[in-house]
Amino acid sequence: MELTDSAIVTKARLGDTDAFRALVERHSRPLFRLAFRMTGNQQDAEDVVQESFLRAWRQLGRFDERASFGTWLYRIATNCSLDVVRSRKRRSADSEVEDPVFALPSGDPTPERVAMSGEVRERVAEAMDELSAPERTAFVLRHFEGMRIEDVSRVLGCQPGAAKHSVFRAVQKLRRALEPLVSGAR
Amino acid sequence: MNHLSEEQLILHYYGEEDDGVAAERHLGECEACRALYGSVQRTLNVVDSLPVPERDAEYGERVWKRIEHRLPARRGVRWVWALPAPWRWAAAGAAFAALLAAAFLAGRSYPRQPAQLAADPQAGERILLVAVGDYLERSQMVLIELANARAPGALDISSEQERAMDLVSENRLYRQTAGHTGDAAVASVLDELERVLLDITHAPSRLSPGELEKLRQRLEAEGILFKIRVLGSNVRNQEGQTL
Repeated sequence: MELTDSAIVTKARLGDTDAFRALVERHSRPLFRLAFRMTGNQQDAEDVVQESFLRAWRQLGRFDERASFGTWLYRIATNCSLDVVRSRKRRSADSEVEDPVFALPSGDPTPERVAMSGEVRERVAEAMDELSAPERTAFVLRHFEGMRIEDVSRVLGCQPGAAKHSVFRAVQKLRRALEPLVSGAR
Repeated sequence: MNHLSEEQLILHYYGEEDDGVAAERHLGECEACRALYGSVQRTLNVVDSLPVPERDAEYGERVWKRIEHRLPARRGVRWVWALPAPWRWAAAGAAFAALLAAAFLAGRSYPRQPAQLAADPQAGERILLVAVGDYLERSQMVLIELANARAPGALDISSEQERAMDLVSENRLYRQTAGHTGDAAVASVLDELERVLLDITHAPSRLSPGELEKLRQRLEAEGILFKIRVLGSNVRNQEGQTL
């Protein structure tokens, strides 16, 4: 029978690295998806995944075992992702190098890639990049990860009302930015 | 029924509204709301189609191999927090003192150390200086808040701990950059700072008034924050000279 996160975390807190390994193997893929949605860059997402687990290991002693390990880990990963995005913006402002936010991964063309090629992709990337940190996080968690607003607020560590408003603002900004594009595509 | 607001339509899209049936009925009757809802749907459908690269089933195993050797020994941190509170603060004070001594020396020697960059030394040095200056400022803010905190009972420092945790992660990047550019003194300060921040993140999330007061008095007596400010100022000055 597969052990629950809670049972594995109890072992990991005692320094059992095999238990922590089980958590890493279980949560890496969803964490990568979240990190990619947040950073828009494969290499950054890889770094975020690794850094999140390193932080989680260091912070395990403070983890409240009554809480959900997945939610806690998502919170760490969103903070790591925001660090990466902020740091990249600072570097980009300094060196005037193009910000790779939401640059698509290389590979063969797929129907989605073709549909999202060119101007549309660029405009969506720009619109996403205009969102503030809480808006971007709340939107990614609600829209891409399918979390209920109640759960989004737990990850963000805020009241559900605040999480809801971050989602509203994100969608409103995206709609205003992309309206000319989507109305033209009707 | 009044028109649906954009917020209500967004909640409807995500199925989180209070009365979905009423919203659906209104959309069936109201062309204006239907048009607005269509716009929300089209926007989110476009955003939704951004592709995400897939990772195979062995991905978790590969992540583990990459981080396994980097996991710090947790026992090394635990012993500090197993100490009685006064000793714990003595240990924290010693860590602060070591940090400040290193920071002060780095601040004096930093301007005399040329950065070793291959391509564009001046631009590289400036980027590092901007990053380190900004980082020191934010680290200083966390320490100031802890030093100036007042509370009638136990003080919740979990927010400062969160920020310290973020700073630890950022620290790694700057420390590595400093190492690559040959700024050993800055790298050393950042290394020391990381340890202090780590100790803060591993502290209990609630401090008693006594523990807080001891920390405040120590920071004041040793002029720690002033010295950090001097280092930050040196870095900023140096940054100005590279422009």
